[in-house]
Amino acid sequence: MPERATRNLLGIRDLTREDAERILDTARALERSLDREVKKLPTLRGRLVVNLFYESSTRTLSSFDLAAKRLSADTMVLRASGSSVDKGESLRDTALTLAAYDPDVIVIRHPHIGAAQLVADATSAHVVNAGDGKHQHPTQALLDLFTIREALGRLDGVVVAIVGDVLHSRVARSLIEALLLVGAEPVLVAPPTLLPRGIEAMGCRVSTTIETLADADVVYVLRMQAERMEAAYVPSLREYTALYGITPERVRAGQVVMHPGPMNRGVEIDPRVADSGASLITTQVRSGLVVRMAVLYDLLTAPGLAVAARVLEVA
Amino acid sequence: MLAWSNGSRDSLSIRARVVDPVEGLDGPATVTVEDGVVTAIESAPSAPGGLVLAPAFVDPHVHLRTPGREDEETIASGTAAAAAGGYCAIVAMPNTDPVVDTASVLEALVERAREEAVVPTGFTAAISKGQRGEELTEMAELAAAGAIAFTDDGRPVSSAGLMRRALAYSAVADRPLALHCEETALSQGGQMHEGAVSAELGLAGWPSVAESLMVERDLGLAAYEDRPVHLQHLSAGASVDAVRRARLAGVRVSAEASPHHLCATDELVRSLDANAKMNPPLGTEDDRRALVEGLLDGTIDCIATDHAPHARHEKDAPFEEAPFGVTGLETAFAALNTFLVREGAVPLEVVLERLSAGPARALRLPVPRIAVGEPANLALLDLDAVWTVREDAFRSRSANSWLLGQTLTGAVVKTVAAGKVVFAQ
Repeated sequence: MPERATRNLLGIRDLTREDAERILDTARALERSLDREVKKLPTLRGRLVVNLFYESSTRTLSSFDLAAKRLSADTMVLRASGSSVDKGESLRDTALTLAAYDPDVIVIRHPHIGAAQLVADATSAHVVNAGDGKHQHPTQALLDLFTIREALGRLDGVVVAIVGDVLHSRVARSLIEALLLVGAEPVLVAPPTLLPRGIEAMGCRVSTTIETLADADVVYVLRMQAERMEAAYVPSLREYTALYGITPERVRAGQVVMHPGPMNRGVEIDPRVADSGASLITTQVRSGLVVRMAVLYDLLTAPGLAVAARVLEVA
Repeated sequence: MLAWSNGSRDSLSIRARVVDPVEGLDGPATVTVEDGVVTAIESAPSAPGGLVLAPAFVDPHVHLRTPGREDEETIASGTAAAAAGGYCAIVAMPNTDPVVDTASVLEALVERAREEAVVPTGFTAAISKGQRGEELTEMAELAAAGAIAFTDDGRPVSSAGLMRRALAYSAVADRPLALHCEETALSQGGQMHEGAVSAELGLAGWPSVAESLMVERDLGLAAYEDRPVHLQHLSAGASVDAVRRARLAGVRVSAEASPHHLCATDELVRSLDANAKMNPPLGTEDDRRALVEGLLDGTIDCIATDHAPHARHEKDAPFEEAPFGVTGLETAFAALNTFLVREGAVPLEVVLERLSAGPARALRLPVPRIAVGEPANLALLDLDAVWTVREDAFRSRSANSWLLGQTLTGAVVKTVAAGKVVFAQ
């Protein structure tokens, strides 16, 4: 039996290209189970998946929770508000308290970088980073890879324009690394104030003009937050939308459009684009479920396609 | 004014390679100390391999956390750490709780140092009351009570107007100002050096221009008021350039760099270990090389540890929640020997000069010298000793070292401060 390649999923750096492709293949196999009448698989019966969320999140939390339940794991949700965290308990102490329940997986979302690593160091559970500060959000990147691969049939050489607030986006950082890992080409398009200085060292092209979109296969739109104007990153949302908003005129035929959500319709993305045939935004949500199932599966069982196929037979 | 617990004075003799850049000594010799005073230096045919006897070190920048955070460091533990690091004198920063901004707080500290300091200890006082950057402290009274220098270290004097007045008024107290240069409008929220690593990690960037811009401002004001300034913990290449230019133009400026800024870069932050978090943050390899260049040509005339103890539970947190600062007294020489001397980047005698005579001159303290008739202030070093930095082996009450777990070459074997053996391995 092959050794498990990854003990934790803290960032895309934890994965080889083979790991990423194996997870996407497993996700694809699992996706077929979603079309069955009984959608639940017995694979992780008796396992405990703890969702430890220090930031409000609707889609990521519900996606992880449902993914674990679809694999028959027991799940537990701990939120920062109303817990001992409010009483000043340190992250390490919270992790140690949880470890007493002997969870198999801890999924953690935290406003600060390195929180997932700290929990991984403090416990023996497999840790999945569901977003730490502006650092990493690896399952989002994997579900985006999955969505692109299903839509375009390939990842190698695909040009993905990531448009908007790269500076404050963990989604962008994970996605850049994930795209580079599988041979795709990330291009960043943003106002100069929202491009982190030195980001091109990651190996991506950088542009400040929206015309750069023309040669992309995928237009990946980042959320633009109103609070960015307070620190003078942009003069107004109005000007941002005029310069960088994704309108039907800026989307070329054959391009697909993605967004990690939640969207600000009419700011970074025109509703006519969000609801068009070019939009993969709801597909991303569905991909999120199967990719997170695949990640949990990959961490808790021996990897490999053959095994993934057996899961479906059992079902 | 330095204060310490006066005890016995020792007599001893040491045979080693004696290196004193001030006295121009470099060769095997036996140094004899009687009743705390150097009485003879006799050249010897040879010396035990790897052993170097040098003037003991002077640290112009230490946080003793007393009063207020004695759980992190006390005068006793901080000076014991200094003794173990080869230091015969250290200067403590005033950003304590309460801030050292009145003569009564300062006098109480000096009194405590006389009871428990293992090595001679000097205290600085704040430039502004409460380090709030609004009103000047009573500098003349503080100088009379023993203040070595004035500094708002930990934070900059943001107002150019107040800085100008502080410079002018410091003439009355006849003490230098030690300046923490940081334009907070640029550094605010910053967690690490702004560059390729911060871009990749997603940590808020702290641009190096936040330091160099303030260095330029303060040098401009120092020139205008014709007063000496001591610049603390420089981290940016542009700051080194600014100091070099100012000195050529006649500004009386001394400048520090820390072992961590001389030996490490922002690549260290990739570990997300909070012990890689300092103010100012670790810069790029270009910045590091510029600091080393400055150390070589004397633009940087002091190596300062900026020893900043923090409680374990405060550093054992996600990077952004952890406080800035690392300890350094017990690892300074070994780090410099490992990463600069042994790598051939900086000659040993330059490191020794910048650890001892340089800071002593900058803060107008007695320069430790190996000369007949001088009080014995000696560091016996083993250049070849290999050891691993361990959390449980520090004399400091805190262990937030950026070198934890690393194996270093070079160790302090014995320290003599003010004629007394204060550390022996």
